[in-house]
Amino acid sequence: MRRELLERIALPLGVTVALIAAWHLAVAVSGTSIFPAPADVVRGLGEQPRLGGYIRDSLFRVASGYLVAVVLGIPIGLALGWWSGLARAANPLIQMLRPISPLAWMPLAVIWFGVSNLAPIFLIFLASFFPVVVATMNGVRNIPPMYVQAGRNFGLSTAALLRRVVLPAILPRVAVGLRISFGIAWLVLVAAEMIAVDSGLGYLIIDARNAGQRYDLVVGGMLLIGIIGLALDGLLRMVERRVTW
Amino acid sequence: MKVEFRNISMTYGTNLVLDDISLSVAEGEFVCLLGPSGCGKSTLLNIAGGFVKPERGEVRIGDEPVTGPDPRRIFVFQERGVFPWLTVEQNIAFGLFRQTEAERRSRVAHYVSLVGLRGFEKAYPRELSGGMKQRLEVARALAVDPDVLYLDEPFGALDSITRLQMRRELLRIWQAEKKTILFVTHDIDESVQLADRVVVLSARPGRLRRIVDIDVPHPRDFSDPRYIALRDEIFCEIGLAHQV
Repeated sequence: MRRELLERIALPLGVTVALIAAWHLAVAVSGTSIFPAPADVVRGLGEQPRLGGYIRDSLFRVASGYLVAVVLGIPIGLALGWWSGLARAANPLIQMLRPISPLAWMPLAVIWFGVSNLAPIFLIFLASFFPVVVATMNGVRNIPPMYVQAGRNFGLSTAALLRRVVLPAILPRVAVGLRISFGIAWLVLVAAEMIAVDSGLGYLIIDARNAGQRYDLVVGGMLLIGIIGLALDGLLRMVERRVTW
Repeated sequence: MKVEFRNISMTYGTNLVLDDISLSVAEGEFVCLLGPSGCGKSTLLNIAGGFVKPERGEVRIGDEPVTGPDPRRIFVFQERGVFPWLTVEQNIAFGLFRQTEAERRSRVAHYVSLVGLRGFEKAYPRELSGGMKQRLEVARALAVDPDVLYLDEPFGALDSITRLQMRRELLRIWQAEKKTILFVTHDIDESVQLADRVVVLSARPGRLRRIVDIDVPHPRDFSDPRYIALRDEIFCEIGLAHQV
């Protein structure tokens, strides 16, 4: 128990503190003016009156885009995994669209959605949609055939089979896919907020550079994105463990 | 319910796997399909279950031809067939969606105790041993009150002691529930311990070689001369010397 506590909490904490100390020393010793010290970052962020609002806006955009991706992606992935003909028909299109970075859609997003929340939400949706579809589809394809056979044997209709057998059978695998997709959604946040909006953590970073070379805020924004991403990932891991039978 | 195989033939690609199998299983009878790996015995069971269409011939159950899977005849796999996301109770109730809540509850309670899983109603399959999972799957099958049970090497993944216990359990359940049972195995001893009749199939293509009546009363004594004689007869039929 004590050993585990040491390894899981004390050790990572120690390494983090040591790295921050090294960072502080490196800035102090080199006397650089293009990279802020840790204290500057904390002070800079503390002086930002809109920081809370930025975090809220970013979370809202990522959550909206991601939820739309999940709500559309799971049924589509389910259908593609179940009806192999459908998958054969749609696969070339999916495989072609998948490698296009969501950022390539930026000009179109601006034209379609104008200066609004919808543009970054759309980009975040695009980033997480395909991973959700593919994770669900692969989950369905890898179901042990005897589960489906047993379901049919007991006289389930296709709809009941999908709901009572296929969905619960793929849930653990899909949960992992959903967590990874969320990571991707969070990853494109900065880029998505470079366009069309004037709030959010991504905007904070771009604005800090454009409006006066505030590298303390640039680094602060980066760190906040990392810390919030870590916390959300931990939250989703907890959900994942609960749905794993 | 009586099960009748009429001139079943099946090929996969260019391989003939089943060659003109005809067989009649009486209501309430326990029949083992015995043969070496790859003789098509599982295919035959899948045809009877309605999961595979035969190339020629048909299977009739009672007066009806088999056209697809049907809850009146349930297929039991190795213990991996139970649903890991459902508890013991929920697994047994899985096929009972046409019944009323009260009926469902009484059947679940009955089969939980029939297969000796009382106290484990709320447990998930991962918390059960292999033998318990196998009994759970049998309970799930019996709960829908099928006419016929198909068992496809159900005890193959269990250790030999558990396997013996499971055979005794299955015989007890069969005598209590009076179902027709078709049981696929490649284990000669298992077939002689369980069946009323053993249907011996030849290796590829599967042909019906012989049907052996096991006229030894239950409980069967493994040292009974009649038991040993029948077992040896099947050993010879399959072409094995009974020595290692």
